[in-house]
Amino acid sequence: MTIMSASQAGVIGCRTCGLACRAADGAGVLRCPRCGGRLRPRKTDSLSRSWALLLAAALLYIPANLLPVMETTSLFGTEKSTILSGIVYFWTSGSPGLAVLIFTVSILVPLLKLGTLSMLAVSIHRHSAGGLHQRAKLFRLVEFVGRWSMLDVFVVALMVGLVHFGSLATIEAGPGAAAFGAVVVLTMLAARTFDVRLIWDCSKDDDD
Amino acid sequence: MPVSNSMSDSLVVCLECDALHQRRALAAGEAARCIRCGAVLYRHPWLSREQVLALVVTALLTFVIANSYPIVNLTVQGIDNSATLFGSILALWNEGRMLVAVLVFATTLLFPLIDLVALLILLVLVRRRHPPPLFAPLLRFVQALRPWGMTEVFMLGVVVALVKLSHMAHILPGVALWAFGALTLLLAAIVSFDLRSLWHGVGRSDPS
Repeated sequence: MTIMSASQAGVIGCRTCGLACRAADGAGVLRCPRCGGRLRPRKTDSLSRSWALLLAAALLYIPANLLPVMETTSLFGTEKSTILSGIVYFWTSGSPGLAVLIFTVSILVPLLKLGTLSMLAVSIHRHSAGGLHQRAKLFRLVEFVGRWSMLDVFVVALMVGLVHFGSLATIEAGPGAAAFGAVVVLTMLAARTFDVRLIWDCSKDDDD
Repeated sequence: MPVSNSMSDSLVVCLECDALHQRRALAAGEAARCIRCGAVLYRHPWLSREQVLALVVTALLTFVIANSYPIVNLTVQGIDNSATLFGSILALWNEGRMLVAVLVFATTLLFPLIDLVALLILLVLVRRRHPPPLFAPLLRFVQALRPWGMTEVFMLGVVVALVKLSHMAHILPGVALWAFGALTLLLAAIVSFDLRSLWHGVGRSDPS
């Protein structure tokens, strides 16, 4: 079965309202007649922008994991905990389920996002025509799970708001929290600037 | 700025792989999927606009309760501490973690609130025969803002923080904890309503 793509038909699907609009010949910014959103056949400079955001996120991933996200001051001195030591704490204190959950959303998911988006971008650079469905599914997964990485930032925020008992016990956010939050925002932006349609542009016409 | 001069309501473009489809009418709860990549093209919402309107009003009231009362009370050695969401954000800000404070404020408080208020306005306006010029930019704004509201992730963060704190202090859940739980469920129902379906109520703006 032959599938015609909108760009072959001279049509642009409005990303905002979904209306199928006729592409214009002339250059310049085109607007959707129904919602007024910008019409572009493909997102502008999708790959270069994604790469830039991915690179920034990958660099910040290092301080996000090495610097403390939380500093607990009590009578016994100051204890600094990183994301990983927080996971170890849950594991050893009898909440292995939560340890697995936080390990997944805080460490695995950002790595998965960085790895997957880079791999998808490379496959587009190479005009790879294989595994289209798998790649599309992978992208959908990355886009869906990305937001859950914010979990640790919210946990820290609540602990800071709750635990201030003077010299007895006080919790403050560490510099790692900001870096980690930035990683999550940057990878979410990278997924949003990434244009999945580029994957399908490489497909052979008589594909499946 | 040029406006695309031609459009078609009978065609649908897959926003994930650019395949072109013929639009078909759906029954309530049904979704149309792309034949090539399997992405959801459009759905017929389970909820009518009136039902969503009722949910939005309920969610706004729940939002006020969730942010007016403490989420949890903490007792350590006879000292009481309680924290609201905004109190936690303020604590972060005051200790110099501005970036984290802004991130948490935006994703858990500001964006969900703007989303609900704007949606309320949109659902009222869409009932008119000719929605005012404000309608299109407002709907575009809500669509762009939506991925950045993270109430459900925050709710999970609350649970994790409570488990963490239960090891070191006596915990008494506050009114806002239940309110946030209810808000999470309400938002899940509201978000399931496809915002794009609101564009169908919009009359053609004259292409000039």
